[in-house]
Amino acid sequence: MKRGEEFLEFLDKLGNVNRRWVVKDPNETTSDKYGYVPWDRPIDLFIKKGMVVVDKPPGPTSHEVVAWIKRMFNVEKAGHGGTLEPSPR
Amino acid sequence: MGAGRGDPKVTGVLPVALASATKLIGLIMHSVKEYVALMELHREVDPSRVEEVLRMFVGKIYQKPPLRSSVKRSLRVREIYEIEILEIEGRHVLFRVRCQSGTYIRKLCHDVGLILGVEAHMRELRRIATAHFREDMAVTLHELSEALFIWRELKDDSFLRKRMLPAEAIVAHLPKIVVKDSAVDAIAHGAQLAAPGVVKLHEGISKGDLVALMTMKGELIAVARAEMSTEEILQASRGIVATPQRVFMEPGTYPRMWKRKGGESGEARS
Repeated sequence: MKRGEEFLEFLDKLGNVNRRWVVKDPNETTSDKYGYVPWDRPIDLFIKKGMVVVDKPPGPTSHEVVAWIKRMFNVEKAGHGGTLEPSPR
Repeated sequence: MGAGRGDPKVTGVLPVALASATKLIGLIMHSVKEYVALMELHREVDPSRVEEVLRMFVGKIYQKPPLRSSVKRSLRVREIYEIEILEIEGRHVLFRVRCQSGTYIRKLCHDVGLILGVEAHMRELRRIATAHFREDMAVTLHELSEALFIWRELKDDSFLRKRMLPAEAIVAHLPKIVVKDSAVDAIAHGAQLAAPGVVKLHEGISKGDLVALMTMKGELIAVARAEMSTEEILQASRGIVATPQRVFMEPGTYPRMWKRKGGESGEARS
């Protein structure tokens, strides 16, 4: 599955993972009857299993930005990865 | 919209997870942060002295959370990995800082002012990185609403896809183990991964490491704790390789190929 491998490579590069891959079972293949390469998920699923790296504007708090995004995407849940000041975590 | 009086001048990288990706976002909550800060000194100081004092703050520092903060105000230790002065112009000092999550840059500016003996405060702050998410990947709310509009009104989702990332991006920094299709659903049900279910994996995994269990298509199944090292996994023909800590994939996404207790056919692969 070429595209799956491409996606895994993309992830490693994104996460600065410089480890080599070692193969245990070289003959294994994956069926296209189920699952998706994450890039190829139908758009509704892509959103539901998605994230956005937002450039927070001046003004709103991190929580307000999350609330806006929730509304924009019409999703029931959203969460951020560490608020910007005044109380960074 | 009227709020935000707390910190109008703070901008930058804020990773936001949607819907079912939300349960993963905690994994980067306490990751390394990087900022560009604009500090204003209350009197002019020789630039070499400013540089000298800023350098003193690299390493472990003590900080007491500010009055208006959401955490307990007890003295705590935070580490600053790197400070680089970008520009000094009169009383304005622009610098880049890489630090542990939870470091107060406002406090840092204040403390630098105290040591310089002229007092100082933070004028502006921009976060340029959280974990592996950097400024150049960030999209504005405007770009996002535009992409959503084009998708909803013009039925073209290509812009939206470009502005977003799959949830897998949140665990991109973890070492990974790729799992056979036949072993996927059991893990999605919370079962441990056994050696025969492994296709390939990253080198250098040690027992106890946090790893991401992925399908051959690149989908995250679960974040798990490794029970064996890379070498042990390669050699093992049986035994538990990893224990799921947080399952991401919904059960039933992949076919069930593991044996049920009471019977029902199906090949037990892991």
